[in-house]
Amino acid sequence: MSTMIKMVRSFATVAALAAATPALAAGNAPHIEREQWSFSGPFGFFDRGQLQRGFKVYQEVCASCHGVRQLAFRNLADYGGPSFTEDQAKQIASEYTVVDGPNSDGDMYDRPGILADKFPSPFPNEEAARASNGGAYPPDFSLLAKARAGHRGFPWFVFDAFTQYQEQGPDYIYALLTSYPEENPACLGEDFSGYYNPKFLGGSVTAEECAHEHLTGGPIGMAPPLSEEIVEYTDGTPMTVDQYARDVSAFMMWAAEPHLEERKKIGFRVMIFLIFFAGLLYFTKKKIWSNVDH
Amino acid sequence: MAGHSNYVPQSAAAKWLESRLPVISLVRGSFVDFPTPKNLNYWWAFGGILFFVLIAQIITGIVLAMHYTPNAGLAFDSVEHIMRDVNFGWMLRYLHTNGASMFFIAVYIHIFRGLYYGSYKAPREISWILGVIIFLIMMGTAFMGYVLPWGQMSFWGATVITNLFSAIPMVGEAIRTWLWGGFAVDNATLNRFFSLHYLLPFMIFGVVILHVWAFHTTGNNNPTGVQPKTKQDTIPFHPYYTVKDLFAIVVFMIFFSWFAFYVPNYMGHPDNYIEANPLVTPAHIVPEWYFLPFYAILRAVPDKLGGVVAMFGAIAILFVLPWLDTSKVRSGTYRPLFKQFFWIFALNAVALGYLGAMPAEGTYVLLSRICTIYYFAHFLIILPMLGFLEKPRPVPTSISEAVLKSGAGKPAGATAAPDTK
Repeated sequence: MSTMIKMVRSFATVAALAAATPALAAGNAPHIEREQWSFSGPFGFFDRGQLQRGFKVYQEVCASCHGVRQLAFRNLADYGGPSFTEDQAKQIASEYTVVDGPNSDGDMYDRPGILADKFPSPFPNEEAARASNGGAYPPDFSLLAKARAGHRGFPWFVFDAFTQYQEQGPDYIYALLTSYPEENPACLGEDFSGYYNPKFLGGSVTAEECAHEHLTGGPIGMAPPLSEEIVEYTDGTPMTVDQYARDVSAFMMWAAEPHLEERKKIGFRVMIFLIFFAGLLYFTKKKIWSNVDH
Repeated sequence: MAGHSNYVPQSAAAKWLESRLPVISLVRGSFVDFPTPKNLNYWWAFGGILFFVLIAQIITGIVLAMHYTPNAGLAFDSVEHIMRDVNFGWMLRYLHTNGASMFFIAVYIHIFRGLYYGSYKAPREISWILGVIIFLIMMGTAFMGYVLPWGQMSFWGATVITNLFSAIPMVGEAIRTWLWGGFAVDNATLNRFFSLHYLLPFMIFGVVILHVWAFHTTGNNNPTGVQPKTKQDTIPFHPYYTVKDLFAIVVFMIFFSWFAFYVPNYMGHPDNYIEANPLVTPAHIVPEWYFLPFYAILRAVPDKLGGVVAMFGAIAILFVLPWLDTSKVRSGTYRPLFKQFFWIFALNAVALGYLGAMPAEGTYVLLSRICTIYYFAHFLIILPMLGFLEKPRPVPTSISEAVLKSGAGKPAGATAAPDTK
């Protein structure tokens, strides 16, 4: 009997998770616009102010449901990141409570965070997260900006290699956060009490009444998280949903790829060296082969 | 190989070593004095490029293995540890993952070069067969390497591919369980894949040595397909081909670096940044791009066992290719009809790759079937018949003659299109 329950439960989980997994919906895949980012292209870099603002949005809006478990407090002061000073990062860490132990009595205990700690997640496990979120599982932010991408298709994916388009993740996150409609599509009916997002990759509209509406995206567990002036910016940056979405997307890209700036900088030096070296070799080869008919 | 060197040891130390182990004359005979046709174009540089990529993969891989943890509960996070905390770990990993793609880009060019210039024909059948064996081991290595990060595509790719073995009649289920080391893709599977992923590259290295040994015994093929006849037809490997290959390798490194440093995730799948979850099946399970043509062949056949046979048959057919091609002329340059079918075959292979990435539904299935049939028809019908139907153009009597006819007065180092040399 218990196996039966287990099986039913696992099938239910499969169904629920399947809805939350990014899917390339065959029919009505949402179109994700390409946005401008400071970190795109061969000389891309993170805007320090933007990362700090994005971190603030994350802390005040997202962190109650979404963790960033791969990120450590020390990363906040690392090169290529939001460039908090070490003291600021220590201060931020100390505002978090971290479970440590066991102590000499064998008990686990709470203590303030230190630089070496990773960000504690808001829920102890997936089940707890689902229980608090009406069955939906808020994904961890550590890699989300690299784990989501709109469908590109032929021939666009060919051009992407040349134009160095690697920002599908932040483009998607920005599109998702700024695309909640004022009202749910009428065809979903009055009984539909959830949220609908036309850019959501993780679901599709299955209601028969909507069959002819060609709705992209689908029902989403997350309520529209952003609204005007929900987070206080002190540097004069406009406190709009659009700006918040951009800033938190940039923060999530950094969280997913903290060495992005270093990678592009080193890449440029590698390129310069290799092109110069190839040039020298070309002329060396030409000289050596000059006495051979070939 | 050693026979090509007229090396006479000079110093006392060299004499001492040479009389006990003639390794200096072996290396000199193989990579310094080795007589090489003087008309090799840049398509021939991909052998050297592949050797470079193999060594680069082994070196980055050994260092990555120092930081990676092959445990189903820890693997995903240990890769992130490499990406975030290991000094230049992100560079090692991106070079290694993109290196796998580079390996396949280079090997596909290398294989198609062999197909065009008839490098598989007598007397180089053994070189060719060893090459196909290398290709097979490479595919196994790459497949198991892709499982190691233990992301969603790692897990589900492993599940799909290992499940293929259950199609074998009678013993299929038992073989699958044996491969898994359990009753599902799990920790035991990850452990053995890691172990084999570390082992196989060294086997590739060993077969590469045999591969080189074989074509150093027969001599390189060349764009004319005519065997060197006089000393005028060849030049020593060093310095001519060492510098030419090195130049090609560095140009290839520029291409490689573009991907590793600027678009490192271009060849990957975003789902592999989600940790493996046996309860969630991704909407579309797709293998790495370099397996897509074979994946399309697998799915083109409506029967599971038939699909598996077709997929492995697509590679196995390469083993008998030397005996399927009936033409007496080696190089495609002098075969007007073959040349056209060669390019149709190449296009067909690209089409299969595209179809492998598309969902197996509607017209995609039909197109996959047509392309699969054409793939086999190329080897089983077209190549055997062309030898009888085709009237080849006259073949030059020697490499020197061919060079003087078309190449004289051309600036050295100008890349020749396959047909102009």
